[in-house]
Amino acid sequence: MAEVNKKEEQPRIGVFVCHCGTNIAGSVNIQDVMDYAKTLPNVAVSDEYQYMCSTPGQGKIADAIKEHNLTGIVVAACSPRLHEPTFRNATKAGGLNPFRFEMANIREQNSWVHMHQPEEATEKAKDAVRIAVAKASKLEDLYPKSVPVEKTAMVVGGGVGGMQAALDLADAGIKTYLVEKTPTIGGRMSQLDKTFPTLDCSQCILTPKMVDVFRNENIELLTYTEVEEVAGYIGNFDVTLRKKARGVITPDEAEAKGIVGGGCTGCGDCVAVCPVIKPNPFELGMAPRKAIYVYHPQVVPLIYTVDFDSCVKCGLCVEACGDKKAIDLEMEDELMTVKVGTVVLATGYEIFPIEKKFEWGYKNFDNVITSLEFERLICASGPTGGKLIRPSDGDKPKKVAFVLCAGSRDTTGIGKPYCSRFCCMYSLKHAHQIIEKMPGAIPYIFYMDIRSFGKMYEEFYYRIQDEGAKFIRGRVANITEDPETKNLYVHAEDTLLGRPVDLEVDMVVLAAAIQPTAETEKTRRLFGVSCSQDGWLLEAHPKLNPCGTTTAGVYLAGVCQGPKDIPDTVAQAEGAASAASIPIHKGEVELEPYFAQCIEEKCAGCGLCVPQCPYSALALVEKDGRTVMQVTEAKCKGCGTCGGFCPGGAIWMQHFATPQIVAQIDAFLLGGEQ
Amino acid sequence: MAEENWKPKIIAIICNWCSYAGADLAGGARIQYPPDVRAIRVMCTGRVDPLFILKAFQDGADGVLVSGCHFGDCHYLEGNYKCAKRMFLLKSVLKNLGIDDKRLRMTFVSASEGAKWGTVMTDVIKTVKDLGPSPIKEFAK
Repeated sequence: MAEVNKKEEQPRIGVFVCHCGTNIAGSVNIQDVMDYAKTLPNVAVSDEYQYMCSTPGQGKIADAIKEHNLTGIVVAACSPRLHEPTFRNATKAGGLNPFRFEMANIREQNSWVHMHQPEEATEKAKDAVRIAVAKASKLEDLYPKSVPVEKTAMVVGGGVGGMQAALDLADAGIKTYLVEKTPTIGGRMSQLDKTFPTLDCSQCILTPKMVDVFRNENIELLTYTEVEEVAGYIGNFDVTLRKKARGVITPDEAEAKGIVGGGCTGCGDCVAVCPVIKPNPFELGMAPRKAIYVYHPQVVPLIYTVDFDSCVKCGLCVEACGDKKAIDLEMEDELMTVKVGTVVLATGYEIFPIEKKFEWGYKNFDNVITSLEFERLICASGPTGGKLIRPSDGDKPKKVAFVLCAGSRDTTGIGKPYCSRFCCMYSLKHAHQIIEKMPGAIPYIFYMDIRSFGKMYEEFYYRIQDEGAKFIRGRVANITEDPETKNLYVHAEDTLLGRPVDLEVDMVVLAAAIQPTAETEKTRRLFGVSCSQDGWLLEAHPKLNPCGTTTAGVYLAGVCQGPKDIPDTVAQAEGAASAASIPIHKGEVELEPYFAQCIEEKCAGCGLCVPQCPYSALALVEKDGRTVMQVTEAKCKGCGTCGGFCPGGAIWMQHFATPQIVAQIDAFLLGGEQ
Repeated sequence: MAEENWKPKIIAIICNWCSYAGADLAGGARIQYPPDVRAIRVMCTGRVDPLFILKAFQDGADGVLVSGCHFGDCHYLEGNYKCAKRMFLLKSVLKNLGIDDKRLRMTFVSASEGAKWGTVMTDVIKTVKDLGPSPIKEFAK
């Protein structure tokens, strides 16, 4: 029981004030704060140092604990979200329980936001120290709980990032579930023709990886599957998956059903007889598919899928399939629950609906296309066999305008304020492809800045300049169409020459901004991951923990965390896989001991707290002839919602206990301890 | 109205995952706001016992801010909903006690909304300054 653990001793607190170079000392008078701390009740020693987080700074803490026999430590420095673990270790090094440490944030929430008010900032720092000392005086010894970690992982999203993460995890000996919502893995990269700046064929480098994923014994590939529900915590996630009704069974599933030699082999006999024609989303609607379909011939797994939204259930495909009996038009969605230790999210991106920027006429003018449509048109396996044609008349374009930052770096509120990061480079590649494939054709690139930041990227830019692409620095104001010829007039300002440009072209390619996929929002909420203002998933720390999230055991890979190109996506995926494998290889993780405890003498057994708990961690039990609440610590995540609700004050929320918080309130408002 | 150099005492109880992180982000971005608020960190606004707020007013606080994650974004699924429910109820209790319910404010600031945190700070402080010192202050002494 927490109450019993509390020592009767008089608290002896050490206060340490950090200069953080001039970050804090620039607006807070450190000496003043340090002297003030000495006057506070229970403070045995106060000290200051340039950088408390450095080795000598941490050493001061450990030494002071021994020298002054301290019972609690307060460090007034940066945010506990940054250095609480650091100083807890220092506290531990001094022989004190690490949870007897409290931090006063005088940087992020003080010196940095009151830079020109040194007096007020100093006053605020004193208050912060007083509040922290009040809490530190009431802190108790706590012991983290270790829980075993399930030796399996899950990757959500089967693009190049998700595939890489799954492969790395699998190669590290971890059984990995790779969950992909579409019928095939491969993601956006499989839609691309070539990759910059090396001009590798995208499919040629991607499809072997797709096959590796399929063949890897440690990867269980779950395509056409979505995450439905998530419960549990690091080491012990219970993830419920919805296997969408595919209408087709694999050879393995057929064997399990006792159909010898059955199951889908990808022969395509069903497609020939299917009477329903729909646009193929993989080709962005520029090519047809049937109601039973594969996106493209290289899909993994090579299994057909029935689109039940458009299938008329005529049964012709079932007949065509014959003895393989692979098609089941009565199939229904299936739910399955898997237990995993850690999760990597790699949910990728989609194209911003650029028709919202109506001035460029996308969806209004036939010959205005997006870059992704360009990729499909120029791709040898695309709908035109790699021949770039004008959608209006099928002619070869002679002059093609590229509009960069189409919806990116847009502060009008319609587009996206951020840089989509790879549009400059792929547009340079598109210009190269036009010059290479269509002698005499001229690409015109309308740009704001060319951001060629990567390895060999700037060199690639020079190369395209030399090849004869025309560069016009200026954002395109609007595009108009000649209704007869369907030619387009691009109106812009050439900001280098300082004069307007009106250019007649045959085709316009919009390098449209990217945004998180529609499902990202749902998925992130299921896993309890935050997002940035633009909807990209939020990393635990932008510099020092770019793969982690604030939910322990959940990691990020690729564009879902923010726009990045293929090499960066793959690199982050390898990072995320490595991070996700650490708890699994360690075998157990320590949970912060912020558990709720029942103070049984005070508990009236009313049970009002039980439904408050979002994790069903609380239950009423019979004990010594009366009803009291009991906490299952393994389920408790330490939010304290029960503690905020208990009418009898019978819940002791460790590290955020009522007397501790009340002491903080009193310390601020009454100027000391009550 | 308050005298010229009166400085309001405002306490903010904010959740670790969203609002505290948002406040840290405001710092990282050097967004400047007035310095009259003191923050207490809890893991979740669900932890906020209405008695904490009543205690703060009893101690003479001029204003109390509770700030958590946006609805649907709670790190603990639904702590912010539960807190918001309590705050609605508490506001009516405050009115009955003769405390203007504008002195208690609940806001939702995410970990990425540093600029919003600055706006909230400025706004909360202005609201409390306009209201003047808490009427409880006299009795608290």
